[in-house]
Amino acid sequence: MIWNEEFETLPREALEALQLKRLQATVERVYVNVPFYKKKFDEQGVTPADIKSLSDLQKLPFTVKNDLRDNYPFGLFSVPMSRVVRVHGSSGTTGKPIVVGYTKRDIDTWAELMARTLTCAGIHRGDIVHNAYGYGLFTGGLGAHYGAEKIGASVIPISGGNTKRQITIMKDFAPTAITCTPSYLLHLADVAKDMGFDPAVDFNIRAGCFGAEPWSEKMRDQLEKIFNLDAVDIYGLTEVIGPGVSSGCLEAKSGLHVFEDHFIPEIIDPETGEVLPDGEKGELVFTSITKEAFPVIRYRTRDITSLNPTPCVCGRTFKRMERITGRSDDMLIIRGVNVFPSQIESVLMDIEGIEPHYQLIVDREGTLDTLEVRVEVNEKIFSDEVKQLESLERKVTNDIKETIGTTCRCKLVEPKSIPRSEGKAQRVIDKRSI
Amino acid sequence: MKVEQISVFVENKSGRLSEVTRVLGNAGVNIRALSIADSSDFGILRIIVNDNDKAVEVLKANDFTVSKTEVVAIEVPDSPGGLASILDILEREGLNVEYMYAFVERSSNNALIVFRFDENDRAIQVLTSNGITIVNGSNVYSL
Repeated sequence: MIWNEEFETLPREALEALQLKRLQATVERVYVNVPFYKKKFDEQGVTPADIKSLSDLQKLPFTVKNDLRDNYPFGLFSVPMSRVVRVHGSSGTTGKPIVVGYTKRDIDTWAELMARTLTCAGIHRGDIVHNAYGYGLFTGGLGAHYGAEKIGASVIPISGGNTKRQITIMKDFAPTAITCTPSYLLHLADVAKDMGFDPAVDFNIRAGCFGAEPWSEKMRDQLEKIFNLDAVDIYGLTEVIGPGVSSGCLEAKSGLHVFEDHFIPEIIDPETGEVLPDGEKGELVFTSITKEAFPVIRYRTRDITSLNPTPCVCGRTFKRMERITGRSDDMLIIRGVNVFPSQIESVLMDIEGIEPHYQLIVDREGTLDTLEVRVEVNEKIFSDEVKQLESLERKVTNDIKETIGTTCRCKLVEPKSIPRSEGKAQRVIDKRSI
Repeated sequence: MKVEQISVFVENKSGRLSEVTRVLGNAGVNIRALSIADSSDFGILRIIVNDNDKAVEVLKANDFTVSKTEVVAIEVPDSPGGLASILDILEREGLNVEYMYAFVERSSNNALIVFRFDENDRAIQVLTSNGITIVNGSNVYSL
C-alpha cells in the first residue's frame, strides 16, 4: 500500500523537475535568511543563481554536525522564532547538544512522511500502534505519533522504559503494530518471556517500524520470528527532520525508499568529499528541499550506505538506500582494519543458538589494539563439557577473522550480564579513548 | 541406572560460585557431590543434589544457564588398585571417560565415583556384566 500515490510514484523526470524547483527555492531562502549559509556560499564563490540543474548541488559546501553545535541553539533557523511551533534536539551524548526547529508546515510535512513510513510497513487506519520511541526532545516518539494519527490509527503513546508495564499493555490493549528501536524490541521479548508470555502467541502485533540504530538482516529474521510480525527498517535523523527520511517497504523488504520529493540524497567519499555514482558505498549526505524552519544543505550524516535506483516491486519510484552498515564515526579501527559492529553482529547471528546479546570491548595492550567479543551463554549453546564451549569460542573467533579480517578474543559470559537497552543499545565499549 | 547431574555456567570472577551455592542453600537444596571444570574465562560447575527440579528452577530464576546431564555413579572398592580395576575394564572395551569425580559419602564400604562416558548405556552394560555395582539415582540423591 502507498500513502501518497501521486508523489511516491512520480516518474523520474517529473520528480527531478520538482526537486530542482524546490532546491532552488531552499538555497535562495537560506542564503537570504541564515548568515551561516550566506558566509559559506560566499567563501565557496557560489550564489543561488548558480543552481541551474540538480548536479549544481555539488557546487554547494557541506554542512557537518559541528556547524550545528557552533550555531547552538537557534543560529541556523531560517524563520523568526514567532513562526517556530516546536523544537527537537539530540541528547548531546557525544558533545554539545543540537537543536532543530519546525514551523506548522514542517510539522505537517513530517506527519505526511511518517504516514508514508507507517503505510510502507502495512500499518493503516484500524491498527493500534504501540509507540515505544521516546517522547520528548528525541524526534522518535512524536514523529511516529503524528504519522500514526495522520493515517487514522489508534496510538498508545507509551514512550520508552518501564518495560514490564509495556508488556502488560501489549497483552491488555492488544496493539497490532509497534514502533521502537530493534534492540528495545528484543528487550521487550526477553521481559515478556520472563513474565511467562510467548510473544508470537500472546501478543497481537503483526507489523512494526524499527530504526534509530543500525541492525542486521539476521536480526530482522529473528525479531519477525519471535513476535510473528513483519519488520520494516526505517531511517531518519534529527538534523534532517527525524524519522521519516526513508523507509523500507513490506513488499520488497530490501532497501529503504528515500522520500526524494523532500530530501535529495547523495553518496560521497568520506575522505575526499567527491560524489560517488549510484551503487557505490560511501557517506550519505542530505539536502532538505521543503523544510522551512531548519533547512539543511548537503548535511553529512556519517552513515555509510549506497543508493539503488532500480525500480521496486512496491511501485515507489524513489531510490532506495541500502540498510545502514555503520556510521563513519561508529566505525572502529582495530589494528588498522575498519570494523563495523553490525558486521560482527551478522557473524554472530550466523552461528546456531547465539542470541543478539553481545558486546564489543576494544582496548589497547601496549601498542596493540585488542577486541573482545562478549557473548552470553544461553541454554542452546551451553554444554557441560569445557571442550564444547571452547570450540564455540574458537568458532566465533575464526568466523570473525575470516569475514572481517581482524583477530579477536571471544569471551563467554553469563546470561543477562550484558546491560539491556531501554533505547539504543550500547554495543561497543572503547576503552582506548578513555 | 543413571544419575542426573546439573551443570551451571559460571564466569571466572569472584563471587559467582558463592552466588550459586547461596541460591541453592536458600532454596533448601543440598549438594551431594560437585566438581568444577574450568578454562581461563569460565567454569562449569557440575553438581549432584538432593532435589534436581528445585535446583534447576531456582538457578534459572536467578538467571543462571543450567543444563541436565546423565552420569553414572559407580561403586569402587576403597582399596589400592580399586579404581584401576574399573578403568581396566573400560579400556578393554574401548569406552572413553569424558570426566569423573568422587563422592564424599561412601556407599556401603565402597567409594562412590561419578563418571560421564561417551557412551553411558554401553558403559553400564559392560560394567554390570563385570560384576561392578552401579548405584541408582534415587539412592545417590539421598545418600
